[in-house]
Amino acid sequence: MSIKCDLVVVGAGPGGSMAAKTAAAAGLDVIMLEKRQEIGDPVRCAEGVGRRALCEMVKPDPRWIASEVKGAKIYAPDGTSIVMSEDKSGSEVGYVLERKVFDRALAMDAARAGAKVMVKTRALWLLRRDGVLSGVSAMHMGEPLQIEAPLIVGADGVESKVGRWAGIDTVLKPKDIHCCAQFLVQDKSINDEYCEFFFGNSKAPGGYVWAFPKGEKLANVGIGVQGSKSGSGMPIRLLKEFMKSRFPDGKVVEMVTGGDPSSGVIESATADGVILVGDAARQTDPITGGGILNAMKAGIIAGEVAAKAVSSGDVSKAGLKGYEDRWRADIGRHIARSYEYKEFFVKLTDDDLNQLIGSLKNEDISKMDLRGMLRVLFRLNPKLLWELRHLVI
Amino acid sequence: MLTVNRYKCCYCGACVGACPTAALELVETWLEVSLECKECGICTKICPVGALEVKA
Ligand SMILES: Cc1cc2nc3c(=O)[nH]c(=O)nc-3n(C[C@H](O)[C@H](O)[C@H](O)COP(=O)(O)OP(=O)(O)OC[C@H]3O[C@@H](n4cnc5c(N)ncnc54)[C@H](O)[C@@H]3O)c2cc1C
Ligand code: SF4
Ligand code: SF4
Repeated sequence: MSIKCDLVVVGAGPGGSMAAKTAAAAGLDVIMLEKRQEIGDPVRCAEGVGRRALCEMVKPDPRWIASEVKGAKIYAPDGTSIVMSEDKSGSEVGYVLERKVFDRALAMDAARAGAKVMVKTRALWLLRRDGVLSGVSAMHMGEPLQIEAPLIVGADGVESKVGRWAGIDTVLKPKDIHCCAQFLVQDKSINDEYCEFFFGNSKAPGGYVWAFPKGEKLANVGIGVQGSKSGSGMPIRLLKEFMKSRFPDGKVVEMVTGGDPSSGVIESATADGVILVGDAARQTDPITGGGILNAMKAGIIAGEVAAKAVSSGDVSKAGLKGYEDRWRADIGRHIARSYEYKEFFVKLTDDDLNQLIGSLKNEDISKMDLRGMLRVLFRLNPKLLWELRHLVI
Repeated sequence: MLTVNRYKCCYCGACVGACPTAALELVETWLEVSLECKECGICTKICPVGALEVKA
């Protein structure tokens, strides 16, 4: 079977759905493909997002907000903890979502805006006619399907193939992917008010352990280990050890695993007839691992640029330059900076982490943003943070 | 040969993003391994639950 449209979006995560919705609202004939039979499930996420940035893009809906948190509590390897309020810890706290519901809601918004959504439909390859991209070859319910379209948005997540098919190297090196495991835990000692982060090289090499509350003594308790420091099955093993020490009576009611890109900005997120969005473009924040909001922002930009490019008839890489310029100026700057922090952070010993976190213990950090806090950290620990001085000053 | 323990695999796709030869493909809950696999072992270290193994 063969069909035609203006834009094919591959992947119905937050990035794909925002791109499809924006492009459809701007008048394009959009088809969004999702290989799974159920959008949003299984989840591969700790579900934390900054409230303000989220609300700028979508209207909050209690159906997909599991809980609202006051801030973040950070634990040094020696157990010292500091508390940060929401505004300062960046985009990782605010709401803890119910992504099974959230991802579907965004896909439905795209459908309402006029996009056609096809589930159980997997993109297999990019079609070309006379060397020019002409659509997507897909499999729908086991049957081949050809979709002709001048432009493709690859929003196909961490496993992304669209970029590779278009000649963009998006392979994640082991040092640039965080290997994650997570339990949804019910336990009376869950902190319902704060997202908690636990650091330590024996707890989570090159990463951290988190506990993000979902209300009523439930929390996503998970771990991310830097791939180059991980080994077969290490994340799940360390997570079980953490559970034993922190939540020995915790009941596990769901299990999640996943890979979180932490490679920083890629060289190119466009090719002739192709735009990459979200995890497919490795737009996750390398230090926090947060990628929902970045994927959504990039999706909106991609949808707007796609609408213009298709109507002007220039979908070449040059014609898509607006997308590159805009995502780099917006989220790209932060991702690049976070990548440098990550490269530094993964080298820290437990003593370094104790010193850094401990040094904030007696500081009033309640009104500071991340940058302000880094300045204080730098003032208190100039020797340790010398490498980062160009980012701080 | 790369083997997938299908009783362990949580079909998350982490391995897919890290495979340098694009030999892996996740089809819902089924991880496909293609002939492109060079048995480099990278994916076996990436898998959070240890479902992958390169066997002689
Ligand atoms: C354990 C873990 C915890 C995380 N915690 C957080 C957090 O707390 N906060 C946060 O902001 N981010 C977090 N992230 C990152 C976040 O989950 C991602 O950045 C986000 O989901 C990216 O959205 P996306 O739309 O780019 O991709 P995805 O949400 O991954 O969606 C991609 C979609 O494409 C589909 N697809 C793939 N290939 C094809 C194909 N060939 N054809 C059709 N469909 C295809 C997939 O099935 C999938 O549905 C976490 C990640 C992990 C692994
Ligand atoms: S062993 Fe190497 S080539 Fe084979 S699937 Fe794993 S990562 Fe890819
Ligand atoms: S990384 Fe492991 S759990 Fe995830 S899909 Fe690959 S084999 Fe399965």
